[in-house]
Amino acid sequence: MLTIKNLSKSFGGVHAVQDVSFTVKEGNIHSVIGPNGAGKTTLFNLITGVYTPTRGEILLNGENVAAMPPDALARRGMSRTFQNLQVCMNMTAIDNVMVGAHLRLNQNLFASMLRLPSVRRADAACRDEAAQLMEFVGVGRHVDDEAGQMSYGALKRLEIARALAAKPKVLLLDEPAAGLNHTETGEIEALIRKVAQSGVTVVLVEHDMKLVMNLSDHILVLDYGKKLAEGTAAEVRANPDVVAAYLGVAA
Amino acid sequence: MTNFFTRSRHGGLLVLALVLAILPLFLTNAFYYDVAIRIALNAIVVIGLNLLMGYTGQISLGHAGFYGLGAYASAVLTTHYNWPPLAALAAGAVATGLLALLLARPVLKLKGHTLAMATLGLGIIISIVINNETQWTGGPDGIGVSAFSVAGLEIAGEKSWYLVCAVLLMLVTWLALNLIDSPVGRALQAIHGSEVAARVVGVDTTRFKVRVFVLSAVIASIAGSISAHYIGFITPNLAGFFHSIELVTMVVVGGMASVFGSIIGAALLTILPQLLSSFEGWETVVFGVILMATMIFMPKGLVPSLASRSRKRASTPKAPAKPAQEV
Amino acid sequence: MEVAQFLQFLYSGMTVGSAYALAALGFTIIYNTSGVINFAQGEFIMLGGMLAAVMSAAGVPLPLAIFLAVIATGLVGLLMEKTVIEPAQNAQVITLLIITIGASLVLRGLVQIWLGKDTHSLPAFSGDTSIQFLGASLLPQSLWVLGVTIIIVLVLGWFFGRTLMGKAMLATSHNKLAAQLVGINTRRVLLFSFGLSALLGAAGGILVAPITYTSYDAGIMLGLKGFVAAVLGGLGGGAGAIAGGLILGIAEAMTAGYISSAYKDAVPFVLILLILFFLPQGLFGAKNSERV
Repeated sequence: MLTIKNLSKSFGGVHAVQDVSFTVKEGNIHSVIGPNGAGKTTLFNLITGVYTPTRGEILLNGENVAAMPPDALARRGMSRTFQNLQVCMNMTAIDNVMVGAHLRLNQNLFASMLRLPSVRRADAACRDEAAQLMEFVGVGRHVDDEAGQMSYGALKRLEIARALAAKPKVLLLDEPAAGLNHTETGEIEALIRKVAQSGVTVVLVEHDMKLVMNLSDHILVLDYGKKLAEGTAAEVRANPDVVAAYLGVAA
Repeated sequence: MTNFFTRSRHGGLLVLALVLAILPLFLTNAFYYDVAIRIALNAIVVIGLNLLMGYTGQISLGHAGFYGLGAYASAVLTTHYNWPPLAALAAGAVATGLLALLLARPVLKLKGHTLAMATLGLGIIISIVINNETQWTGGPDGIGVSAFSVAGLEIAGEKSWYLVCAVLLMLVTWLALNLIDSPVGRALQAIHGSEVAARVVGVDTTRFKVRVFVLSAVIASIAGSISAHYIGFITPNLAGFFHSIELVTMVVVGGMASVFGSIIGAALLTILPQLLSSFEGWETVVFGVILMATMIFMPKGLVPSLASRSRKRASTPKAPAKPAQEV
Repeated sequence: MEVAQFLQFLYSGMTVGSAYALAALGFTIIYNTSGVINFAQGEFIMLGGMLAAVMSAAGVPLPLAIFLAVIATGLVGLLMEKTVIEPAQNAQVITLLIITIGASLVLRGLVQIWLGKDTHSLPAFSGDTSIQFLGASLLPQSLWVLGVTIIIVLVLGWFFGRTLMGKAMLATSHNKLAAQLVGINTRRVLLFSFGLSALLGAAGGILVAPITYTSYDAGIMLGLKGFVAAVLGGLGGGAGAIAGGLILGIAEAMTAGYISSAYKDAVPFVLILLILFFLPQGLFGAKNSERV
């Protein structure tokens, strides 16, 4: 599904990501972990088109999408959420989710202004789908609310609903548990599992080790921009290099 | 509970239609008709500007320039070259649209104060050109505009003009409301809310910004053309900096991201100068005070602030939000 | 004579350019301490000139009139910050921008009401007889403008480099939160920056009033052009503002002289469009990239 080959990114003299390669299998939950400054967010931003790689390839279903802008990636079935919530607070919750389906809807200015019957019908269907998605992620009771009225935890889930509205093939979650308490983290874990079960490939960057260990089919460990280890949860846990660099003595 | 002003599009349009239909009963003389017509014309420009500023979040301090282009295109083509008014209007709209299209991409790459500056500069350049090309535009002394006639039928008299402007206002309001509540409208608002999020869901943000810029410019141009025919005599002031500021004030006071707010803002700030017409300095001061007071106390503008206040009163109290734990 | 004509334009360009430079400095200082573009800066310039002109016409000795006008305008700047900027402190950029536009309208309107629409002028500081320099004539007032501007720039350099308040302002402009964390009262810094910018604007207005006359609406164009000069210079530091002001003034004078004086007012705005399209960081500013 997603293959990263020798990906590198340097900002001047800072080599944020160096020669990283890995493969994400379709339908899996794949996590990227590492100490702060290991290059996880940079890697994420490279894959999702926010940064341009200095070297290397990003193959999405066989096509090299390195350096393509985010909207091109969206058209190829990639969705993402943001670590620092990028929710449109000027819109209602359901409108936020409906924006996620943008590429599947009519983008013609005149058709919209005249509210042609086809636009009207598609919009109504989209609204229903969005409401269902909000139920799916657990924020169904906020269907009539403004985004600005929702709590932080609810907004994190709203972002996931928006990402799912595009019916993506691969979903990238940037620190989905950041800022959440214990209970909320458990809820997010259940949600991510539900998403993966529905057939979406999930790649996540995360600090919460429990969440990562519980969910992941495959884990990539980064340190100083380089791949330190990769494997299943059990393999990574047992890897002495990983333990030394990151997990500490009591893992 | 749905938001009356955004969801019940039909309700709002109905109210507007009723108001426009009943209003003539209160317009007891030509002067009142004049104010009503000017409100309608201003409202049309402001709705267009609001699409750009309020919904898409792109500030424009030079919109009077587009308005002026439309006005002068109509004036010059009908008066000097005897073009039929409708053709002149179309030509003005097309020319303005092309200019906006040409400039949109580089201008809209900018944000915040640099965007404000660029649009400001654009508006001022247009007004300087209009002011200086005296042999075409009559320069600072202005130019007369022949009457507006379509297929031999002339629009004359305040009642006919009122009808035309009221119908146009209804049309523009309807189109704008449709646009907002559509995928395009949501894309625009998403650009305002979080441009990076919009890009990530696949919105071609540049293309959309350009489109709404051109659309609002064309709306301004058409309104300018019609105003020119109505007023009968125009001067370069209507493309000037102060007029651009007036338009922005109407958007901001009535309500950013609110179509009906635009109409209210236009109404309030068209009536105000009429009340203060003999006190020029005071008009400027009052405008300034209104701008500042609105931005300090009701930064979202009249209609959105009132709407959210009524929403708070009507909705049931929610469970206390979980405290956000910042990482 | 070719050279003489060129020099003539150069002198007048540098003169008006110095006024723009002072205005640009005013914009830059406020922008750096608060991120706000103060559209009322032009009115500070106008106020300085108008107050000095009115007092001088009423018989107040010129030096005293100038001094009082500068102080009064500075106070207006402080008042403006206190009454309308501070209450809206955490608002978005566009909100603050519009507030400053509102403030400029109020200032201009009040002056129009109080002093009418006539033009006023100040007597030149040291007479009207032009001096011949390198074959072209230079007004003594121009020397005043250039000279005082240089002195102001030097004083500002000392101020920002040596005094505690100056360094506090620099710190706030680099990183407001960090400045607050080391105990700098950023609200006072903001207040002071408005006062300082008002003083600079007033000084500029007073210096050029003998040459260009002044009236209630002189501030609009001066303010806008000062802003263009500031953006030209990159809105970063004093050097940029000064360079921006001089370049703008000279470009304007050259256009007026060689191309068309009717379009000289369009020069700043054409320049700003070109700069914003091709060099948005200005001539001296740093390129910034956004972190997601």
